Amino acid sequence: MSATGLRVHATGAQCLVEDLGRQGLTSIGVGRSGAADRGSLRRANRALANEEGDAALEVTLGGLVVEPVGGPVWLCVTGAPCPVTVDGRDVGADTVFSAPAGAVVRLGTPERGLRSYLAVRGGVAVEPVLGSRSHDVMAALGPDQVAEGDLLPVGRPGDSQPTVDSVLPLALPALDEPLVLRAVRGPRDGWLAEADRLVSTSWAASERSNRVGMRLQASSAEAGGGEAPVLRHADEAPPLPSEGAWRGAVQVPPDGEPVLLLADHPVTGGYPVVAVVVDIDVDLAAQARPGQLVRFRWTSPR
Amino acid sequence: MSAPRLMPYGDRAVLVDLDGTDEVLAWADALRADPPEGLGEVVPGGSTVLVVAAEGASTATLRAALEARRPGRAAATAEPDGGLVEIPVRYDGPDLADVAELTGLSPDEVVAAHTGQTWRVAFGGFAPGFGYLLGEDHRLRVPRRGRSRTAVPAGAVALADDYTGVYPRESPGGWQLIGHTDLTMWDLRRDPPAVLTPGARVRFVEER
Repeated sequence: MSATGLRVHATGAQCLVEDLGRQGLTSIGVGRSGAADRGSLRRANRALANEEGDAALEVTLGGLVVEPVGGPVWLCVTGAPCPVTVDGRDVGADTVFSAPAGAVVRLGTPERGLRSYLAVRGGVAVEPVLGSRSHDVMAALGPDQVAEGDLLPVGRPGDSQPTVDSVLPLALPALDEPLVLRAVRGPRDGWLAEADRLVSTSWAASERSNRVGMRLQASSAEAGGGEAPVLRHADEAPPLPSEGAWRGAVQVPPDGEPVLLLADHPVTGGYPVVAVVVDIDVDLAAQARPGQLVRFRWTSPR
Repeated sequence: MSAPRLMPYGDRAVLVDLDGTDEVLAWADALRADPPEGLGEVVPGGSTVLVVAAEGASTATLRAALEARRPGRAAATAEPDGGLVEIPVRYDGPDLADVAELTGLSPDEVVAAHTGQTWRVAFGGFAPGFGYLLGEDHRLRVPRRGRSRTAVPAGAVALADDYTGVYPRESPGGWQLIGHTDLTMWDLRRDPPAVLTPGARVRFVEER
């Protein structure tokens, strides 16, 4: 029996192998990494009766074309809902489908959201690095970025069989509606002149966002053409030693434009963290399109 | 030791606010040696420890366990288990003269101050294998450079604020470069891949 794999014919803007990341290595400067939208990766894996942390392909804004080799494969696309075709036949996102060897599986541009996940039954079985198959763009660790011509090995599926043929689609606002993220105030809200402006301001996700963090700019209506940053550091704020950082933290550099830390954030950081987005909403944040409006809402820690 | 100051950090973590590196290392060691139920990750910083709950564990339970903790002085003064690491350095960095001027020392005195004290890995970050090393005094305290370099070579030995560090790989950087080492600071074929782990003590040895 020849090994099963996926031949990559096109990658779109960016295609990375991701699982649920690395654990226990922060003390040597290696962060968690993993799928930017963990919930969508888990949903795809569950639908295929994989382990929920099996590696899959994280595809930014569609454009991925793969061909099964060595045998048929079961696939499922979750996350940003995009057109999915097998040899031109529409199969759709959020469904479990099979593709024969030699077929052309194509992901189109998602109508909303940023990152789609193509999972395969058995998981993408590239060599793990430090216990994970996640590509970390910040640490430059893990499997290489997926490139045209790659042959990605597919792992041996477990004994349990998929029992569903579809999964719940990701609930995402339309592109002209804001993503609303719940955030717990602090720990360093006192370092800012007016921390409440985080929630009273309408932000836009910047083009300069990536897997390290989503950069936010006050939307043009808010900035009002003024020079002063919306989120200004307090004049009397003492210097802040570097401290541990985690996914969801909203750091505010001196320029006042907050950065919401995502999967590949640095392990420590020196800018005050005004608030931390609740964990489940960080997956949603990872689906913000550049230019999309983002709002924050205070919530209390649970 | 008084009750730790705990600050909320989203719904998955708690930030423990402490008094400097001794307490940070004591807390981090104690949490690793005797992990409370529901502990995920421990991330030491300059004067804080970020404590992240394990997947599925309750942050409230973790918080309660942290409130009850008082890692004592014993932990702070205990022999660090990271051992002593010697790093051979050629003091030929492009910023050695600037550091001498900033500190009021001669270049030879800068080298003597760097090699003449034991440094400790306070915390990690910036890049895999990078450790923020804290010394015994403030003689070499210098600001970062006004303009960052776009490429600092791997092995560069540098100073900023109260810290010294070794760039584990080529990367952008704003620290003052005083020398370089041929020691490989990060190697995935080793276990652990990093030379520097929190608490480890470091001596720099001049290589001519």
